[in-house]
Amino acid sequence: MLARTPSRSPGPTARSLHRFLLNRAAVLGMGMIVPMVLLILSYPIWWSFRPNDIDLLAMNAGPTAKHWFGTDGVGRDIFARVMDGGRISLLVAITSTVISAIIGFLVGAVSALAGRWADAVTMRFVDLVMTLPPVIFLLVLASIAGTGIWPTVLVISLLSWPLLARMVRSRLLELRERDFVMAARGMGAGLPHLLFRHGLPNSVDILVVFATLQIANAILLEAGLSFLGLGIAPPAASWGNMLNAARSTAVLEQYPWQWLFPGGALVLAVLAINFIGDGLRDAFDPRAELN
Amino acid sequence: MTAPLLSVRDLSKHYTSRGTKLTILQGISFDIGKGEVVGLVGESGSGKTTIGRSVLRLVEPSAGSVRFDGTELTGLSSSEMRRARPRMQYIFQDPFASLSPRMTIGEILTEGLKIQGIGTSKERLERARKALEQVDLPGDAVNRYAHEFSGGQRQRIGIARALTLAPEFIVADEPVSALDVSIQAQVINLLRDLQQRLGLTMLFISHDLAVVEYICDRVIVLYLGRIMEIAPSAELYAQPQHPYTRALLSAIPSPDPDAPRDRQILKGDIPSPANPPSGCVFRTRCPSALPACGEIVPDLRETTLGHFKACIRDDLD
Repeated sequence: MLARTPSRSPGPTARSLHRFLLNRAAVLGMGMIVPMVLLILSYPIWWSFRPNDIDLLAMNAGPTAKHWFGTDGVGRDIFARVMDGGRISLLVAITSTVISAIIGFLVGAVSALAGRWADAVTMRFVDLVMTLPPVIFLLVLASIAGTGIWPTVLVISLLSWPLLARMVRSRLLELRERDFVMAARGMGAGLPHLLFRHGLPNSVDILVVFATLQIANAILLEAGLSFLGLGIAPPAASWGNMLNAARSTAVLEQYPWQWLFPGGALVLAVLAINFIGDGLRDAFDPRAELN
Repeated sequence: MTAPLLSVRDLSKHYTSRGTKLTILQGISFDIGKGEVVGLVGESGSGKTTIGRSVLRLVEPSAGSVRFDGTELTGLSSSEMRRARPRMQYIFQDPFASLSPRMTIGEILTEGLKIQGIGTSKERLERARKALEQVDLPGDAVNRYAHEFSGGQRQRIGIARALTLAPEFIVADEPVSALDVSIQAQVINLLRDLQQRLGLTMLFISHDLAVVEYICDRVIVLYLGRIMEIAPSAELYAQPQHPYTRALLSAIPSPDPDAPRDRQILKGDIPSPANPPSGCVFRTRCPSALPACGEIVPDLRETTLGHFKACIRDDLD
């Protein structure tokens, strides 16, 4: 048993965090993602190549002490490109997740709390967005929005929020009838108070789990879009467009380091984030409170 | 009696569920004077909680009027209602559902003051501590979470929350029925002390007739969303006039095993609000029903001073 001060005991969030730290897969995921992020953020300080530097003496060269991950067809350093691609992939993933979480939460909240008409209208809109076939929707949106970081963020955000909106709505519908929310209404609470003092804290588990799983999902979507030539346009690096550049049979067979390292980084990052997401979901599970 | 603090007239509440109309409350009228404690008793499903919540507009009534201290509440806009709310507060039945699991006791107790924009955060916390002391809990409980307290303590926190806004009128919705018998008395006595000390007016909802007799000045008996009888509590317990009240009172267990027993056991269940009986809603279970009971909806009429009943039979004594 951990020693605690008697005057202030851990709140629900602290207890969830404690359970999270007991989950081995989740801690392993943290152990993978934290060093990756640190490497990605710090590489310009200690790595001598920039992602678009061309080393004409080493084209399609394999991994060496100078170029750890080898070089590509025009002599660019793969390690620097994997690091820089990681920056872009994580940037796209995190911003699009934040945007879709905000949209999803607000739409779900309005739907649950702002009355029957608002509910009907917003939920039919959510249904509409959910029925759009994702790949085709992405392709159309991306071809309108163009390539680059911000259009990619926009496209991924607009596709990802409906699921969260539904989860938040069902949570708040249940919450609305709870006595402590009724008590707040009885003291005169308006919609903003209910939303941010009761709705948000009681949906934090949904939001955290959505966010982690959505980051993994967004990395994959970004890679997919870039692979199709619609996400991040060369010469900027992203894990997806590096895979795209390496997809010819010759490269696949003769220069495996050109796809192995970005692909490996992608798999590791997504796997680690999924472990963390699973751990968070278990940690926030209300049934775990009973143990 | 001077002008009542709360005056309810012809309150009704309907729900429509898949095309069937459910009548939860029908033609409810009563007054509560300043400083008076009025009990509201009835079986599960008789609409007690709906009355309590409609009076405070936590549930919107379908029709009727609720006047509080001369102001008609049903027509108020939401901002006018917000200003009126501190004067009337609600105590919930289930102490495990009525406190947010994600807020400290301090946050729970200052919530109302914050919503109403009363005081600085320091003053609010001071008032929360005072409210805790009023319900015999230590002031440093403000830093703890609800899950650290027992049912009885949580219910006292719920009472403290209702008191932070210094209300004049409180609806107490079965405040002890979710508690262990051993601590019911403690909470009831606390409520009674507070009511007397602060001069509160109270609508006390319960299905426990012994508790109601102990704490209430007058009692309203409810059956299937209609008022059956209203009487001062001493008189109701001594001379119940409505057959339903008699059946309810005969169901109170007596501590004396040799006391004469004249039990009237009601047969069957309370009818569905989707399909209430014609005439008097109680006639299907009434031991004294006549054929006429199916045709006439009995009015609530005053038989002796301050004693009302809704029954067509006057020959039952």
